[in-house]
Amino acid sequence: MIQVKSLSKYYGGKRALGPVAFEIEEGETVGFLGLNGAGKTTVLRILATDLRPSAGAVSISGIDALTDPHEVRKRIGFLPETPPLYPEMTVTDYLRFAAELRQVGKSERTARVGASLEATDLVDVAHQPIGTLSHGYRQRVGVAQAIVHRPALVILDEPTRGLDPRQIVEMRKLIYQLKDKHTVLISSHILSEVSQTCDRLLVFGEGRILGAGTEAELSAHEGDVRSVSLTVRVPAGKAEPYRDGEADPKDKIVAVLQRIDGVTAVDAPLARGDGWALSIACTRDLRAEISRAVVQAGLDLLKLDYATSELEDTFLRLVQAPRAEAA
Amino acid sequence: MATITIFRRELGAYLRSPVGWIIAAVTLLLQGILFQVFAARNTLAGDMLSNFFMWSSIVVVIAGVILSIRLISDERQSGALMLLNTSPVRETQVIAGKFLAALAFLAIILLLSLYIPLLIKSEGKITRGQIAVGYLGLFLLGGTSLAIGLFASSLARQPLIAAVVGAAIAGLFAIFYQLSRLLDAPMKTVFAELDIWWLHFQGGFMRGIFDLKDLVYYLAMTYFFLLLSVKTLEAKRWQ
Repeated sequence: MIQVKSLSKYYGGKRALGPVAFEIEEGETVGFLGLNGAGKTTVLRILATDLRPSAGAVSISGIDALTDPHEVRKRIGFLPETPPLYPEMTVTDYLRFAAELRQVGKSERTARVGASLEATDLVDVAHQPIGTLSHGYRQRVGVAQAIVHRPALVILDEPTRGLDPRQIVEMRKLIYQLKDKHTVLISSHILSEVSQTCDRLLVFGEGRILGAGTEAELSAHEGDVRSVSLTVRVPAGKAEPYRDGEADPKDKIVAVLQRIDGVTAVDAPLARGDGWALSIACTRDLRAEISRAVVQAGLDLLKLDYATSELEDTFLRLVQAPRAEAA
Repeated sequence: MATITIFRRELGAYLRSPVGWIIAAVTLLLQGILFQVFAARNTLAGDMLSNFFMWSSIVVVIAGVILSIRLISDERQSGALMLLNTSPVRETQVIAGKFLAALAFLAIILLLSLYIPLLIKSEGKITRGQIAVGYLGLFLLGGTSLAIGLFASSLARQPLIAAVVGAAIAGLFAIFYQLSRLLDAPMKTVFAELDIWWLHFQGGFMRGIFDLKDLVYYLAMTYFFLLLSVKTLEAKRWQ
């Protein structure tokens, strides 16, 4: 669907992007993740044929965007950071205008406008002037104009920007619906947004792609710290009364776990019901070894969770790496 | 097709927004006041009509620039231009649609001012032809002024800056005739002929004289500034 090769964008002598290269398959929902100024909006604007790249090649649906941007524009729907709205127009008139611009035939226009109103849950405000709508509704109108012509590719730049938590949930549902019919690109600096709605992530930093893949792939880098949380209990009847001067049962549990090869740290146990909850840092997946050690020590294993490092950690590690190198 | 779509939206924006009607009201008010203060003093109906067209032409040039400055710079500032930029629409269609909408709205304003020459005609000896030629002149002059404003609008991001640039260009072309008096031939003739007001309006349309040369001049000037607008939009759109 999208092939990007050696793409760069310079403003004057300053590099804003690149060189970057990536491919996106038809039907994928891909998140463009990065801090502000990372280059994600620049890429999206190039893909939306608003910005011309300084170098490189962009192909969308087999069409060269540099030589034939007009043809590409027929196949894309773009919601920029600020929705391109006309406050004096009603929602329906605006969507009809957007559909006409995107060459939707007269016979189909009413149906397409109705479908995008329904998809974005705007039916109730269809005849209201856009200027009277709340920010959340305006953002939805922005999405509606991007899908009114049923484009193959929908590009949403920060679609949840400025929305309250309820509106964010609604926008997320809307993006889920889009996934069935379109290839969708979403940019955000909020990890939870892209991780929950996207099949794949491209992490941008200082104009380059720092990481690409699914959430699990991004988190599974060599050298990552993995975390295992477990709850153990001294079996009833075997629990010895704890007296001053004797080894604390918590210390015994910690000692058992610290002996396992690969465990780098064991947090202090916390009382949880009739057991103890612990978090263990390790260099590889040690669930089997931990469960065996716990059972062999005569303890009850009540719960065992394995988690790779959180996406936030991965993201920060990725975006901070180039800065550390530069320093 | 896209030209008609953009024309309808822009004309709708003028008709729906208070700004359009405020510009129309102020234009008509100024025309009325200027007629009352200056033109109505004349005892001959023909002089009264010429004087009305003279003062109206100044108001129309200003109104033309003000009507057109928001067309692109305002949309660029608000982000609405992105819809056109990322739609399969040619720059020529954008400029044509916007220009024609502004021209249509200006024509509505001019039609609403028609009561003044009709009042003069009811009391004095002037012909319909004189009125028609005068209004054709105002329409053409207004069109050129709109094209200048549209060009300024395509250049600037801020509507205020666009207004200043537009007013400066229109002002410059309005003093070319005066400047020509400081020059020798052939530049004297070139500058005099380039003036948007003295030779072509005051010397022709304002007096009820239709000269094909004046018509061609205004059409050429309008085309020139529209072409500049298209080229500016092209350069800024996919850069």
